[in-house]
Amino acid sequence: MTETHSEVAAGAWSGGGSPYAIGHKKLGMWLFIMSDVMTFTALLMAYSYSRLANPDWPRHVFPIWPAIAFSTTMTVVLLASSLTMVMAVAAAHRGARETAVKWLLATMAGGLIFCGLHITEWLHLIDENLRLFSNDWGSPLFGATFFGITGLHMTHVLCGVIYLGVIAYGYGTSRFDGEDVEVSGLYWHFVDLVWMFVFPMIYLMSVKYK
Amino acid sequence: MSAHAAAVHEASHGGSNHLFLSVWVGLVAITMGEVYIAYLEFPAVTMLLMLIGLSILKAGLIMAYFMHLRFEKLGLFLTLIPATIFCVGMMTVIFPDSLRLLQIRLMP
Repeated sequence: MTETHSEVAAGAWSGGGSPYAIGHKKLGMWLFIMSDVMTFTALLMAYSYSRLANPDWPRHVFPIWPAIAFSTTMTVVLLASSLTMVMAVAAAHRGARETAVKWLLATMAGGLIFCGLHITEWLHLIDENLRLFSNDWGSPLFGATFFGITGLHMTHVLCGVIYLGVIAYGYGTSRFDGEDVEVSGLYWHFVDLVWMFVFPMIYLMSVKYK
Repeated sequence: MSAHAAAVHEASHGGSNHLFLSVWVGLVAITMGEVYIAYLEFPAVTMLLMLIGLSILKAGLIMAYFMHLRFEKLGLFLTLIPATIFCVGMMTVIFPDSLRLLQIRLMP
């Protein structure tokens, strides 16, 4: 395509328009994100429904150590990885390939630290007999919804780490351009955004008071 | 990058590192506020409203600044966000049934 954006926009009726003034990859990622919002919303609604409908739902089960300390640290790590992703996108926008790749690698490291902390946190809970279909605290649905939601989120983080690895390699070898880095950034920030709802609804609503 | 992609990429960028750092500090501060609120032993509904309110604020900051939605054309925001809010809102119709189920289970 050789036309500039304004030329394409002027010919919108001929089918070449870009009404949102963004590339098709970015629009595609936005639409994917909105569909994934529905997935996580449905899961969190199912969690809330089960919590409300079951009188024996475990309501105050997460002590400050290790559950809340770990999940708060995970939140800060994920937020920090979002900041490094912003830096990667800014570097890619300037055309600084080496710097952008370094920030992408830092973002991937943040994702891996998040997963490491999360698996450690899971092991603490498994030690306390929390299982997918049973637990010592009450309704067995608690384990199913807890592991279902946090597990799906961790899968998204792991997929994001792999995605960023592919983008870092491709951008470093000039196979991909700045728009690809920006689109991968949208995905990464979405993963961060989802955790901003999972953390309070799953962990903070179930803190164990002294 | 094609001329078209380069033009839209250029047009869609905004914000400075200082701005993004400020937003990040704000997000961490709100997170710490949420943890503090969680230990104040409010009634469950009050607690839920406060935590979800703060989460929506955080989501708004992430989408507006980190995901650059604030710097995109208004049409993109109007296409994506109101429809999503509507769909999320529609999912809440299940909650009266959860209360009905709770009452049935609490019956002697």
